[in-house]
Amino acid sequence: MSERISLDEVRKVAKLARLSLSEEELERMRGDLDGILDWMTALSKLDTNGVEPTFHAVEMAAALRDDVVVDGLRRSEALRAAARSDQGGFAVPKVKEGE
Amino acid sequence: MSDALHTQSAHALRERVAKGETSAVEIARAALDTIHTRDAAVGAFLHVDGEGALAQAAQVDRARAAGEALGPLAGVPIAMKDNLCVRGIPATCASKILEGWIAPYDATVVERLRAAGAVIVGKTNMDEFAMGSSNETSAYKLVHNPWDLSRAPGGSSGGSAASVAAGMAPLSLGSDTGGSVRQPAAFCGLVALKPTYGRVSRYGLIAFASSLDQIGPFARDVRDCAIVSEVISGRDPRDATSVDTVETLAGTYTRELERDVKGLRVGVVRASLAEGCEPGVVLAIERSIDTLRSLGCEIVDVTLPTAEHAVSAYYIVAPAECSSNLARFDGMRFGPRVESASLEETYGKTRALFGKEVRRRIMLGTYVLSAGYYDAFYAQAQKARTLISRDYAAAFERCDVVLTPTAPSVAFGLGAKTKNPLEMYLADIFTLPPSLAGLPAISVPCGLSEGLPVGLQLTAKAFDEATLFRVASAFERATDHHTHRASMFAAGGAA
Repeated sequence: MSERISLDEVRKVAKLARLSLSEEELERMRGDLDGILDWMTALSKLDTNGVEPTFHAVEMAAALRDDVVVDGLRRSEALRAAARSDQGGFAVPKVKEGE
Repeated sequence: MSDALHTQSAHALRERVAKGETSAVEIARAALDTIHTRDAAVGAFLHVDGEGALAQAAQVDRARAAGEALGPLAGVPIAMKDNLCVRGIPATCASKILEGWIAPYDATVVERLRAAGAVIVGKTNMDEFAMGSSNETSAYKLVHNPWDLSRAPGGSSGGSAASVAAGMAPLSLGSDTGGSVRQPAAFCGLVALKPTYGRVSRYGLIAFASSLDQIGPFARDVRDCAIVSEVISGRDPRDATSVDTVETLAGTYTRELERDVKGLRVGVVRASLAEGCEPGVVLAIERSIDTLRSLGCEIVDVTLPTAEHAVSAYYIVAPAECSSNLARFDGMRFGPRVESASLEETYGKTRALFGKEVRRRIMLGTYVLSAGYYDAFYAQAQKARTLISRDYAAAFERCDVVLTPTAPSVAFGLGAKTKNPLEMYLADIFTLPPSLAGLPAISVPCGLSEGLPVGLQLTAKAFDEATLFRVASAFERATDHHTHRASMFAAGGAA
């Protein structure tokens, strides 16, 4: 049986998803995804010609709240959960490469 | 003894508080004592908020003493799934990636429950980020089914179900994306409602799959389920998908409870009983159909031809949405951060804190959304969803509610389905079609098989929960299934 997904594809998807997986995990993940995707091929046989996709099952218009000022989350409360904070902001690793 | 506070229904407890027979503090203490003595064996709670519960209860007692009007859940303990934000206490989604996170605000459902006088006793165990059907993906501990501790309680809201089935709270809230309140309700012998998509605000519910997620309650009888459903439903400007036009549904479900069901049309999906169902489940469902017929319901056969594709469609749509929603867990603004040499490595190693099933779904979701595969998987799944909705529309031309089992089996053993993810996904075969179509569905106990509860699922048109409560209540009045309890339920609790 041919592979639905290769180890290289799994590696690429893991990079896109920002998940560090060991070689062993990548291999196991490949097997899992292969099985799931293989089983899902039945769906491709469903005739959906001319059928519109459903993104939300219940029709709704864009909701707007009343235009009144309400209290938001206080800065101190928002920062309390951060791994690191500094000078009233989230402290994050350097984003730009190089010096 | 049968009078013990932990065995009482929510509406009975509220009555006692209103009449001054029992204080809310006494009720809260009884619930906390029961949790204390039983939860070591069950594992339903990730966090018990004794102090907060007693303070809320004291507030109810003060309000009563001051002659203030009491809410519909005054003094009633309730347990909250750990993906719901309760200000000042942890919300981990049973994941290591949110370990230690304290919710800085109340979910809308929590605000509404507090306003109704309910007393929040703690946060319940769940499948990690609600991804699972047995509660076994929790990063912290297993939940044991109170009916048989070697079996799974169902999932993903397994802790919420087990807490109510074990007598640790009369009510709990869970969330249902593809069956996560209905299936555990079936496994634990409870009543649970998955409301219409848009009925209950999801503000303060940590998102899994946003086009499917709904919050739903567990209770030990239909009346309690109706009362708490009324409390948590209604329009909320803080959730853009909250489509209700009314602020409150007070009375709209409970007034259906005494009505008869003569002439109501019940659509039976025969195919749901044909294959893959345990014989004991089929038998209980057949008897339930007879009961409804004897109550004057008209039984008609309906078909849902596209339902066979529901599992595939769901396990494309839900992982796709989860891969997007869970992108926010990167260790920057909340949760632990695994600092590494580069930013990318920091992200990767932090996100490796996700458990196996969550990683699998993020990978699957990222894959089906990636260039070259979008049309074959995601777009095709969304079109299947349209066809499933059309199936229901056709069925509802012939009937008022659609009847299927809630799950194809009774509670399975812990560890029985953990090796093959596909096998676990098939546990949701009957709960997924209503979810994909956004429809309300209720699970009610309909008998025992091998001494374990079987659940009956009724599905109605969008925003027609009232009919579900009407049928469920008539069924409950005609049977004694809802009176069966797990063996640990009545024994040895706090009096």
